[in-house]
Amino acid sequence: MKHRVVITGAGAVSPYGVGKDVLWENICQGKSSVAPVTLIDVSNYPTKIAAEVKGFDPFTYLEKREARKMDRFTQFAVIAANEAIADARLDLAKEDKDRIGVIIGTGIGGLDTIENQMRVFMEKGARRVSPFFVPMLIANMASGYVSILYGLRGPNSTSVTACSSGSHAIGYAFKCLQDGEAEVMITGGAEAPITNLSFAGFCAARALSTRNEKPEKASSPFDRKRDGFVMGEGSGILVLETLEHALSRGAKIYAELVGFGQSGDGYHITAPDPDGTGAALCMQRALDGAGISPDEVDYVNAHGTSTPLNDKIETMAIKKVFGPHAQKLAVSSTKSMTGHLLGAAGGVELVICSLAVKEGIIPPTINYEDPDPECDLDYVPNVARKKNIRFAISNSFGFGGTNACLAISKIEV
Amino acid sequence: MDIFGKVRKIICEHLDVNEDSVTLKTTFEDLDADSLDVVEMVMALEEEFDLEISDEEVEKIKSVGDIVNYIEEHTS
Repeated sequence: MKHRVVITGAGAVSPYGVGKDVLWENICQGKSSVAPVTLIDVSNYPTKIAAEVKGFDPFTYLEKREARKMDRFTQFAVIAANEAIADARLDLAKEDKDRIGVIIGTGIGGLDTIENQMRVFMEKGARRVSPFFVPMLIANMASGYVSILYGLRGPNSTSVTACSSGSHAIGYAFKCLQDGEAEVMITGGAEAPITNLSFAGFCAARALSTRNEKPEKASSPFDRKRDGFVMGEGSGILVLETLEHALSRGAKIYAELVGFGQSGDGYHITAPDPDGTGAALCMQRALDGAGISPDEVDYVNAHGTSTPLNDKIETMAIKKVFGPHAQKLAVSSTKSMTGHLLGAAGGVELVICSLAVKEGIIPPTINYEDPDPECDLDYVPNVARKKNIRFAISNSFGFGGTNACLAISKIEV
Repeated sequence: MDIFGKVRKIICEHLDVNEDSVTLKTTFEDLDADSLDVVEMVMALEEEFDLEISDEEVEKIKSVGDIVNYIEEHTS
């Protein structure tokens, strides 16, 4: 008998700033967070825009001595986790910390730290490389730090699956709870990819939008003029717990996490399988795991990166899974507003989905102006919509052909 | 600034502590500094005073006074 799993806390550091409320307000108002890049000098790059976390000062939220030893991605994760744990009203003094775990995914980990220390190594030699270099860069340090700050001794791990890292992390945390390995899991994703090397690499891969003159219009998923994704940064963290545990402490519940599906494309290092087979499989597996039929789903939070290939193929995959119901459900890409937070996307997007299900509001796809005949679903164009959501799914697909899908439902207890 | 003043400044920057809490008798244990913190501070001191402190010597360093003495002995 598997345990039922519910979402009881949410936290976010997003391009709108620190806090899930500022994220949700902006998303519901259909506001873009994309702007000219300030973190690095982009004069030599074709792309000059990104969705940076605005006005971020880690020392406002973290002890200076600790924050100095964290890469930016870990700072985002710890701040979002602090919010999620407070939001869940978890009284850790009363909890069994052996039964609380952490799985926070990241696509690239501490790349900024690697670049900085490589510079030190080149300029000053091996003896000047920081003793904190390795602990700062490793991808599991977001999970590590959260467990250290709270003394949590349940499962502690990470997932490194490019742009689906956050969704995979949440899926694995879900399984830990289903199987009784833990009672509470802190999970989600974190990413801080706006660095020189990463920007150069994504530009070289021709993945980023170059619509620099109108940053707020650049991320335009499913629109005919879409020309690539806009890089974002931040973290989205959730507190998951078994239903019994949540009920026993009288926790407020956002939604029930009911399904997790994963698959591979088995096709190409960066391009999605043109048939959408892998993408369809992960959605189907999430529905099967949840034991729900496609026509019960009211909302799909799409991967929707705004690249020409993803949006077309994801549309095809949704049609494959949902059949005629594909025309009736609402599909939106919140990346139209937040940009693409890579390994943090799955975390931030499940925070958004949890609020959408709880509030009965479907966030829009903004910058949807010029319909593409190959993308012909209801993308909730430009304006949020009030609607009771029975089941929602959230898609994440990553380089390497890795796919993850999470299914959540409204819960009446 | 004298050697102690410079050492104290570096310690305070790295460990985010007040200057008042750092005397010659203060140990790194008092300041809650672990071995990685000490290595990082030693690197900054090596830069500041243009000298090299061997790993064996670093292991002997327990207090702020130990560092100040070492630097006094090894700089002209």
